[in-house]
Amino acid sequence: MTDQAYNFAYLDEQTKRMIRRAILKGLAIPGYQVPFASREMPMPYGWGTGGVQVSAAVLTPEDTFKVIDQGADDTTNAVSIRTFFQRTAGVATTTSTSDATVIQTRHRIPEEALSEGQILVYQVPIPEPLRFLEPRESETRKMHSLEEYGLMHVKLYEDISRHGHIATSYAYPVKVEGRYVMDPSPIPKFDNPKLGDMAAIQLFGAGREQRIYALPPYTQVVSLDFEDHPFEASKADHPCGMCGATDSYLDELIIDDAGGRMFVCSDTDYCEARQAAGHKGKDAA
Amino acid sequence: MQANTLSGGFADPATQSAHAFRSVMEAMARPGTIQDIHGVAPPAPLSPAMGAVLLTLCDTETPVYLAGDMDCEAARAWLAFHTGAPFVGPAHCMFAVGKWDTIAPLEVYPIGTSEYPDRSATLIVECSELAAGATLTGPGIKDQATLSLPELEAFQANRTLFPLGLDFIFTCGERLAALPRSTEVSRSSSEAIAQAGAS
Repeated sequence: MTDQAYNFAYLDEQTKRMIRRAILKGLAIPGYQVPFASREMPMPYGWGTGGVQVSAAVLTPEDTFKVIDQGADDTTNAVSIRTFFQRTAGVATTTSTSDATVIQTRHRIPEEALSEGQILVYQVPIPEPLRFLEPRESETRKMHSLEEYGLMHVKLYEDISRHGHIATSYAYPVKVEGRYVMDPSPIPKFDNPKLGDMAAIQLFGAGREQRIYALPPYTQVVSLDFEDHPFEASKADHPCGMCGATDSYLDELIIDDAGGRMFVCSDTDYCEARQAAGHKGKDAA
Repeated sequence: MQANTLSGGFADPATQSAHAFRSVMEAMARPGTIQDIHGVAPPAPLSPAMGAVLLTLCDTETPVYLAGDMDCEAARAWLAFHTGAPFVGPAHCMFAVGKWDTIAPLEVYPIGTSEYPDRSATLIVECSELAAGATLTGPGIKDQATLSLPELEAFQANRTLFPLGLDFIFTCGERLAALPRSTEVSRSSSEAIAQAGAS
């Protein structure tokens, strides 16, 4: 039931219009960060206020909403955001990736391929990929406008000179349609290949930093690399302990004080669906 | 004041504008697709789709330019009551409304700045039909799409400005399509073949 004390999907209509205009400009200029007047939300910055505002602007009462936090449907952040929209927008919720029409995510892309008609909303902490290289917003804006991305390649090169390979393993920078360098939010670089050519609409919201950006479906997204050090989507070299999947991104869990550990899928829906289908890993009870 | 100035808005603004926005967003994200949009009955010459787009996106913060015969008392009064949007000339607008022959030339509209390319106008163009036509490629389009456009050269010139440029929403009755600045436009393949055969 909708909580009648609030407008549909919590935000007032003028705020939604402002966010909607930003989303449209973001879709028209893929990878470019559109400034927006982020509102105070009933949760702390860092808990997904940007993603929540974008979700509030796109949700309709007929949507089925799913929230994942590092791939999991059952963490505090995911549960509280799911309940938030259940109460304020009256939307149906689900944990199944294929049943959802709008998926808000923190730091993962679901393993199951998304389809047309779905919308993936990312929570973004630092939208500016150049921020840790150049702290001044006035300068990073200029760098984007001049396509001056040499500094990013220097950073990746310094990785190679120090570690022998590109050690950046999450929030791995990408170039969108040959123009804007974009931060894909702190998803593992394992997920980077899924960003490009995706059938679903991808929207990115950064609440504290007041930026919205977007990738329309079937957009060309290339992870930055070098000819002699090509991009590699990496994951822990194990099968999932619960479902035996060898193609999914894994979390490492410490299970005792003797150094015992197991690897399980970070995408809980994917793992549960595989277990229900009879797949069994070596650690499954 | 005419009686229909006060009527014709969304009956249930929160949910109806949410649906209307999804139509606009799908159109902008997938250039060439034609979406339905409902819920608004503006006075002529504004079409229902045009009215719905304006009520979904415009308010006191968005200067609107009414081009040609769209700039009439009925449209001004209706938009002023339902959105409160200020009316301005083409050089300062965020949204422009009109038929293609009155909304051109495009050089006068703001195309954004190199640091803020989002500060550009969105042109809402009423068309006599929305159908297959020119060939579209670019972000949002798998392989290629097709859409009837009033002309080609203006959109090809707009594409060369990327990441600056104008974004277009084409309305027709209760349907709409969109053409963001990122889309490459070319003659439809059947027309191109016909032309190659003729020459």
